[in-house]
Amino acid sequence: MLKWYEKAGTEDGVIISTRVRFARNLREYPFPDRLTLRQREEIVEKVWDALSASPIAQGFSRKNLSELSEIERVSLVERHLVSPELISSPEGRAAFIYEDESISIMVNEEDHLRIQVMQEGYNFEKALELADQIDSLLNEKLSFAFDSDLGYLTQCPTNLGTGMRASLMLHLPALQESGSITRISASLSRLGIAIRGTYGEASRPVGAIYQLSNQLSLGLGEQEAIDNLKDIAAQLLEREKTARKKLCENLTVQDQIARSIGILKSARLLSADEFMRLVSNVRLGISEGLIRNVSPEAINALTIHVQPATIQLRSGKPLSASERDALRAQLCCEGLPG
Amino acid sequence: MICQSCGKNNATTFVKTIVNGVLSEYALCPECAKQLGYSSFLSDFDFHFGNLLSQNRDAAKAPDLECPFCGATFEEIAKSGKVGCANCYQVFYDRLLPSIQRIHGNTRHQGKRPGSAALVLRPHADVSRPQELVAEKQRALEKAIKEQDFEYAAILRDEIKALTIKEDGEDA
Repeated sequence: MLKWYEKAGTEDGVIISTRVRFARNLREYPFPDRLTLRQREEIVEKVWDALSASPIAQGFSRKNLSELSEIERVSLVERHLVSPELISSPEGRAAFIYEDESISIMVNEEDHLRIQVMQEGYNFEKALELADQIDSLLNEKLSFAFDSDLGYLTQCPTNLGTGMRASLMLHLPALQESGSITRISASLSRLGIAIRGTYGEASRPVGAIYQLSNQLSLGLGEQEAIDNLKDIAAQLLEREKTARKKLCENLTVQDQIARSIGILKSARLLSADEFMRLVSNVRLGISEGLIRNVSPEAINALTIHVQPATIQLRSGKPLSASERDALRAQLCCEGLPG
Repeated sequence: MICQSCGKNNATTFVKTIVNGVLSEYALCPECAKQLGYSSFLSDFDFHFGNLLSQNRDAAKAPDLECPFCGATFEEIAKSGKVGCANCYQVFYDRLLPSIQRIHGNTRHQGKRPGSAALVLRPHADVSRPQELVAEKQRALEKAIKEQDFEYAAILRDEIKALTIKEDGEDA
């Protein structure tokens, strides 16, 4: 079965993927920070039982975080299936993952349940519909904490109301290059929307990949919050596209793009950082028609497969940094058309 | 702890992330957190919560109320920014409400409810009934003034003003 990130998304070259997640808590337990290990394990069982009893149970596999190796855990984060927070202390925590990796239910992260749906490209309709259905199915067996004024009750009041975070993963090389992200970020935060780097350390987004998400969840419905986000995304998309056109008229930029695909195809050693920088140029080249025989979904799949932990998981054994760099270069060489 | 981005200010926001296959945690000051998009609502929240606590300390101290279900006190909640359990929202409702209002600009849930078969998508026009909303905010304002929560009152007053102006505009 193809993973969601191996499928073709929308072809705008900016929006890589869509995500919707719901935060839910069981009425009869304290929130996760106040749970004993035994209670956490009980909750994992209860949620798993509820999921198993539902008609969608078939495609899910259960991952008890404490039973996984560090490489397996980190790979789950690299594939966007769980948060760094979830793996930071694995005891009594679990993730239930759908076979195409588009659905993940985290148990005992900041809330008892985090139901998360990922879709390739720009697809809030499908993501919201799926998250909604899973929530309703689980709700048949589980009683969720809810207040008619405050909505779904969450450990952190920032998630009250719908408990929903909707987000888009965006490739914004031209806006990053022009230095306007910081300004945009400041003005978006006043609208209750955040934009932040997705890969790399907090202060240095690698590969110009950003995440745009709603910060407000109380007082506006799921659809309304998504509509707001769509409005902002449409504006960002427009600005990025205009900036890209201008950027790509520059011969130096065209040269960088052409060199980047050349290096990706023929290098023998590639670090993760270098890979992300080159791939950013290649994405830009594809969307501007400067690179023609590489598909965006090939790039998306490659980006996931060569991440430091996922590459080791797929090779079936732990690898040193230089072994990883060699294998990464080999995968690029094989995965990109000559 | 000093902010790892600017190296100058005190860090208040902690971000867990994966760098090169290793789980790392970054400490950021409010300024850098805001610039990097980790802003606002969470860090502002902690901030306001701290403030709120110091303002209300005398009031909060008198009865050191504990949530009968999970044992959390308001002080613990304010310190961590994390609520103990669902029941805490009832026990500390009045004291949590101003912060919730500040975070979300609203205290009234719209959207899905448990038990509904699927998401009820509400059209925008339906969402606000201005007159009712103004009346409700007016009542909250009177209550806030009586309880001398002037900060919350000021927020409510601005909101009522905004709503009535909008309404007048629509009437014109």
